[in-house]
Amino acid sequence: MRRPTRVVLSAVTAATLALGSASCSSSSGSGSGSKTLKVAYQKFGAFTQMDQLMHSVKKQYEKAHPGWTVQLEPIQADENSYYTKLDLMNRSSSTAPDVLYEDTFLVNADISAGYLAPIDSYLSKWKDWSQFTPTSKTAGKGQDGKTYGVPMGTDTRGLWYNKQLFQKAGLPTNWQPKNWNDVLTAARTIKQKVPGVVPFNIYSGKAAGEAATMQGFEMLLYGTQNQLWDSKSKKWIVSSPGMKDAMGFLNTVFSEKLGPNPQDALDPQWGTKVSTQLLPTSKLAIDLDGSWLTGTWKKNGQKPWPQYTTVMGAAAMPTEHGQAPGKTSMSGGWLLSVGSKSSHKDQAFQLISLALNRQNTLTYDNIASQIAERKDVANDPKYKNSDPFTSFFTGLVKYTHFRPAYSTYPQVSDAIQQAMEAVMTGQASAGAAVSQFGANVKSAVGPDKTTTS
Amino acid sequence: MTATDVAARPTGTPAGRPARTRGRGPGLVQKLLPLLPAVVLLLLFFAGPVIWSIYTAFTNEALSGVGAGATRFIGLGNFRRMFSDPAFVSSVVRTVVFVIGSAVIGQNCLGLLIALLLRGRSRAVQSTVALVVVGAWVMPEIVAAFCWYAYLNRSGSLNSWLGHVGFHQDWLYTAPMFGVILANVWRGTAFSMMVYSAALSDISPDVEEAASIDGASGFKRLWLVTLPMIRRAIVTNLMLITLQTLAVFTTIYVLTGGGPGTKSQTTPIYMYEQAFKFYNLGYGTAMALILLVVGALFSLVYLRFLNVDEK
Repeated sequence: MRRPTRVVLSAVTAATLALGSASCSSSSGSGSGSKTLKVAYQKFGAFTQMDQLMHSVKKQYEKAHPGWTVQLEPIQADENSYYTKLDLMNRSSSTAPDVLYEDTFLVNADISAGYLAPIDSYLSKWKDWSQFTPTSKTAGKGQDGKTYGVPMGTDTRGLWYNKQLFQKAGLPTNWQPKNWNDVLTAARTIKQKVPGVVPFNIYSGKAAGEAATMQGFEMLLYGTQNQLWDSKSKKWIVSSPGMKDAMGFLNTVFSEKLGPNPQDALDPQWGTKVSTQLLPTSKLAIDLDGSWLTGTWKKNGQKPWPQYTTVMGAAAMPTEHGQAPGKTSMSGGWLLSVGSKSSHKDQAFQLISLALNRQNTLTYDNIASQIAERKDVANDPKYKNSDPFTSFFTGLVKYTHFRPAYSTYPQVSDAIQQAMEAVMTGQASAGAAVSQFGANVKSAVGPDKTTTS
Repeated sequence: MTATDVAARPTGTPAGRPARTRGRGPGLVQKLLPLLPAVVLLLLFFAGPVIWSIYTAFTNEALSGVGAGATRFIGLGNFRRMFSDPAFVSSVVRTVVFVIGSAVIGQNCLGLLIALLLRGRSRAVQSTVALVVVGAWVMPEIVAAFCWYAYLNRSGSLNSWLGHVGFHQDWLYTAPMFGVILANVWRGTAFSMMVYSAALSDISPDVEEAASIDGASGFKRLWLVTLPMIRRAIVTNLMLITLQTLAVFTTIYVLTGGGPGTKSQTTPIYMYEQAFKFYNLGYGTAMALILLVVGALFSLVYLRFLNVDEK
């Protein structure tokens, strides 16, 4: 008789301890006041520009609409945790925000979850909507054809390089590599001639999160003849020659020690360290990174560094063998959306249209180093001359690619990061990493959703 | 004898003595009434999530995507997926290694050793050692984890000391399981030590004296007399620390995040990743149920192995 009691008791204890780490209580949160608009956005590390914009928008909105309060909810979290926290807020109508800052590639997942409200009826009455470029208008479009968000600006990716270090190594200061090999050769020269600096940074591994997938792996893969998603069969491509070459490139970088020390690169703070420490102190020669980097170095950025305009150079990421079109890039971008659980949808859209009017978009695109998607902003001299790199990164838009925005993308992205990490730490060869990636994706999305090429 | 009784023993209550008062005090209702608020709170914040978790394990509940919009009952789907998921299976293996390494061997044996060594020492020695060991235990898990990160990481204290003698370690990278086990042993030993100290203080010195008069050596005395006498405390302690260790999340998450790669990804870490990074809440809670089964299995093994009920 005694044994069962004890087993039950231990089972209950086990249940409490074990479930504690996975369960979540949904019975918290404050009810939104009658005339309050809740705005949720990300604020993390070097990314403080959205917070600046929203503080200014809050003032403008409350002045124009007396009696209304804008409640700012900056979510202090890295990219992965930001989505998680935002989705947790979205689950209950007492915590769901009225206006949310939404990544374009998660829009489809959040639409099918029913978190976002369509805004077509508002857009048709908003005269500024005609200023948005046709591509940007599709960014917030769901598979049902309705639009769920207004784009804030986009970005591109390329190679940043330190001209002073290049000069020391005897490399040209107007560098434009023609193929992957040129990039490696430059990194080898730096390693040989300028000891003590990291020759080449490519984000890799799980700690870097989406930065590893997008700034790292996809910048390579989309420069080969292959891609990640087969739009004809609507399946993930889990193995291709291009993928093996991309992993091979990564292997070369880390096995020849042209990249950062893997232990350093696997620190979750690595991205912030690159932009606020290594580049401004000339400890990193080449960095495969985003167009927004200059936002960190501007006057209101996290690490003001006015000399960046002369020290840094930017080059397009070449395709693998220099095959047409010769260059490649990846683009993402963020939207402002109206929450479906909002009880003040009209006002929420009002706030979005205020936040993304010409003046505010201009300010934001400049401080956050975004690529403008409003024609009136793009043609504004204040935008064009805001930064010596603006026109270069805007020019990459014609070579750019977008991520496959499907709800299983986060799992595929994670499998990519795992494969990259295995290669960078020398745990797996390029080929083994690709087959491991294939197995992981198959188990995550189902074998019928994958293919090879 | 239930586990609660055993657990209560170390605080000094001799086993078997019923602590019941038979006075004619206030009626049952009046006695239970003050418990009501606590019971309601427990039901609300404790039973609620537990029941919700069990329900969710059988659905495709998700944080985003289709599962969040139209949650549906999928029966054993999550469990079927789990056993064909190599990452899950290896995470369970790592969890078992972690529990055996840090709880069963580390905390348990070290705690017993410290308790044995402290027997009969002066008060000053006892309280100094207890202060140091318990200090590690009362520290919040996240703080302890950061201390260990600062100590073990590549540019941490240990490395800078070892650097002076030309030695280099990076356990969080080369031997992550060892690093997290070490940190967990450090943190949890105090609990075992306290349980054993209390249990040992219950043993009458006469018994051991008699044994030594019979010619039993120190080790024989320990093995044949002392340990059998505290075996209830051993079972209780093993069960409690096993269940605590099974659910350890913070220490591992802070030290290695489950990496490099998946080299230190135990089930709680994998569960977190599935539930909150890939938004598969249902899959994550299903794993929690499996973890519960693992805990129950450990308990069964302890009960059999130490044969507590035979009397």
